[in-house]
Amino acid sequence: MHEIGIMQAALSVALDYAKAQGARQIHRLQLQIGELSGVDPDALAFAFDVVSNDTLADKAELELISVPVTCYCSSCQQTFQPLEWVYECPCCHRLSVDIRQGRMLELTSLEIS
Amino acid sequence: MCGHYGCEDTRQTLSLHQNVLDKNDHYAEHNRSMFQHLLVLNILSSPGAGKTTLIQRILHDVDLISGADPLNRPQGTVQPGVIVGDLATDRDAERLRQTDQPVIQINTGNLCHLEAKSVGKAAQQLELDNLNLLIIENVGNLVCPAVYDLGEDLRIVLMSVTEGEDKPLKYPTMFKSAHVVVITKIDIADVVGFNLEEVLGYLRLIAPQALVFELSAMTGEGLTKFYAYLNQSLFQRVASTVV
Repeated sequence: MHEIGIMQAALSVALDYAKAQGARQIHRLQLQIGELSGVDPDALAFAFDVVSNDTLADKAELELISVPVTCYCSSCQQTFQPLEWVYECPCCHRLSVDIRQGRMLELTSLEIS
Repeated sequence: MCGHYGCEDTRQTLSLHQNVLDKNDHYAEHNRSMFQHLLVLNILSSPGAGKTTLIQRILHDVDLISGADPLNRPQGTVQPGVIVGDLATDRDAERLRQTDQPVIQINTGNLCHLEAKSVGKAAQQLELDNLNLLIIENVGNLVCPAVYDLGEDLRIVLMSVTEGEDKPLKYPTMFKSAHVVVITKIDIADVVGFNLEEVLGYLRLIAPQALVFELSAMTGEGLTKFYAYLNQSLFQRVASTVV
């Protein structure tokens, strides 16, 4: 379960920003999680409850936004979002290995006061 | 304002777009600059798939790898070093040291994967200038290590014939991250009723980007082809460094 470490890293970034802004509290953290990032959202939410204790984010809401995988088909010259783990182009049915999006793991925004 | 007297709860939203793995990625890039003259392999699998046995065999067969492809021989011979990660004990390092090659053990404690920082630190204990091949044996786990870049050139994912044909379907994130998939213990495939064609079919669907090898580190079956590939990769690496 690497989500504890991931959440610790995300929280540490959030706390650095919040402190730099002189914030007293973090109300909300928003994270974007790619479907191919290798991170489980439920485990991440569980980890957040543990690691946010006794920090500025103690009572914060965690918003997790799942980002679907986007592939590029070089034959059809267009991007597509695969429906499952087989990245097959819906037009020509060729498999794509050109993954344009879906690995990201980003702290996108922070609400502080 | 929150409504309470004297409270100036003015909320503001900061837009960040900050990569959560930034720190690890930073260390991985640092490793990459330290590893410029090396071919670096990140060996990944579930526990017991045969990572240590394959590495042991590679260390034993360095001369075979050097001569695997006479046209593409790297300058001099293959000079390997190993970093091996486990939660506890240095049993794997002890096994690998019997080959007289340099081996550094990392104990991760409760951590289920290797991170770039600890790999960089361990690498400093190896005399990197004398090496051209660095093999990193990750912690046995098909989930967490998929997330962490260590600064490697090639991610080599192992699965053994005893694990069931549907492993690539069950762990797609790991198999999709692989440059190479090695099916190990092929010498006992018949005994355990392993269906190679079925796995190759799943791998073509889930990991079409990966090169696939089938081998046995015990009997040596399939190793010649794998060594030729390692030799070629090493040659390309050395050639790119010289240029």
